[in-house]
Formats: sequence, structure tokens, C-alpha cells
Amino acid sequence: MHKKVAIYRKEHFNAAHRLHNMDWSDEKNMAVFGKCNNPNYHGHNYELIVKVVGVPDAATGYVIDTKILSNIIQQEVIEKFDHKNLNLDTVEFKQLNPTAENIVMVIYDLLRPHIAMDKELVITLYETERNFVQYPA
Amino acid sequence: MIYLTRKEHFNAAHKLYNPNWSKVQNESVFGKCANANWHGHNYDLFVTIKGEPDPSTGFVFDVKQLSILIKTHIIEKLDHKNLNMDVDFMKDKMCSTEHLAIGIWNELRLHLPKSVQLHCIKLYETPRIYVEYFGD
Repeated sequence: MHKKVAIYRKEHFNAAHRLHNMDWSDEKNMAVFGKCNNPNYHGHNYELIVKVVGVPDAATGYVIDTKILSNIIQQEVIEKFDHKNLNLDTVEFKQLNPTAENIVMVIYDLLRPHIAMDKELVITLYETERNFVQYPA
Repeated sequence: MIYLTRKEHFNAAHKLYNPNWSKVQNESVFGKCANANWHGHNYDLFVTIKGEPDPSTGFVFDVKQLSILIKTHIIEKLDHKNLNMDVDFMKDKMCSTEHLAIGIWNELRLHLPKSVQLHCIKLYETPRIYVEYFGD
């Protein structure tokens, strides 16, 4: 039995952010990012889907224990980002523009060290119901 | 009687923080919602009006007109904004979902034709939390 299975865990966090490039003028930021550049921030209910792919362990039948996966996501992602301002309250986005693309790559990097290297990890992040990103692509 | 609903959405930042209380008391009552630098939500707004369909159009009210009124007078003010700082009708109010629903009702009522009966403002803050306001 060497067949691979994908297992998914859904979590969510609510956060404020704004899209802003510190090297640009206010006018250029407004022109490029529009209402997402609002100086007083806006926010989203982010939905996070973490996918882990691997061969189920012969003894447990698990690719990964979902309770353990949930704890890792809570500790590494949700506690850092939930009910926070991504620009102001997190070290990850002090210099990095918190677009959905950048957030999904940051989440991947936060989780990857905690998932065994023989498992594939794919992160999907919904910023709204209609806008979502995936990494790796 | 027919109830007609238009669904809209907006994304905004806010915080729950009573300026008359200490930081400790705010955190005790509002928990992580009191975070000083705000947090945010994707809000879903359901506006329900009621009435008898007009015999000549079959409409309670032109839903396209309803959409334009909601977008012009509500969504434009709330979408991609900070509800505590940027919204005139929420100034000096606690920025809870309850108050926001009442604020939306009062603001929209000003701009709806007198003939339109507003029935309900239903406002989702998250997929699992919502409030309803019926104007009383």
C-alpha cells in the first residue's frame, strides 16, 4: 500500500490590513492599490485550507493526525494573525506587503518546518469568497 | 405580502473598544476584538423590503434600484474602510455588529422612497455570527 492520500484542515482568522508600498508616493499607492490602500485599513475573514499529501502510515492509517495538524496551524498561524493588523502587529509583514499572494507564501513557510519532509504541503487562502490563492502553484 | 431581499457585501476593519474604560477592562470584556490596531471582516448584508407586487410590473420594488441605493448610500461608505474612524454614521458609537445593523437601517431609510417598507437588515460579521434588525 503506497498510495498517496490528500488530507485537508480548514481554519480561519479575521484580520485588518492595507496594501501599501513604502517606496512609492501616496498618489502612486492609491493609483495601484485603490481602496485597498485606505490609510485606516480594512479587513477580511480569511479562510485557510491546509493540504497535506502522503502515504498513510501502516500502523495508524493516518497521513497526519488532524488534531496535531490543527494544533500546528493554531500555534504557527492563527495565534499570530487572528484579530490582528497584519501590517502593524506581525513581524512577517513589517516590510512585506500583505497581499493574499504574500500571506499564502508566509503561511507555507511558517508551517513547512512542522510537517514531515516526505509529505507534500499545499496552502489555499481565501481573502473573500471570490478571491483566493494557492501556494505552491 | 412579499419579502424581497438584496444581498451585498463589504470588507472593513474595526475594533470593539469603549474609550471610557481602562485597557484592562476593555480586554476583559471584548477579548481579542479590542486589539488596538484593529482587525477586520468580510461582512455580508441582506436588505429585506416588503410589500404587495405592483400589478403592472409584478415588482414589490425594482431590485436594481434597491441595489443602486444600497451601493451608493451604504457600501460606498463602508467598503474597505475602518468602521470606527471612517464612517460618519458610526462616529462615537460602539462598533458592534448590532450597532452597525441599526446604523445601516437608519441611513438607508433616509434614502429609500417613502412607499418602500423596510423589513429587515441582516448583517453577517462572519459565516457563523449575524444579527437582524427589524426597526423596533
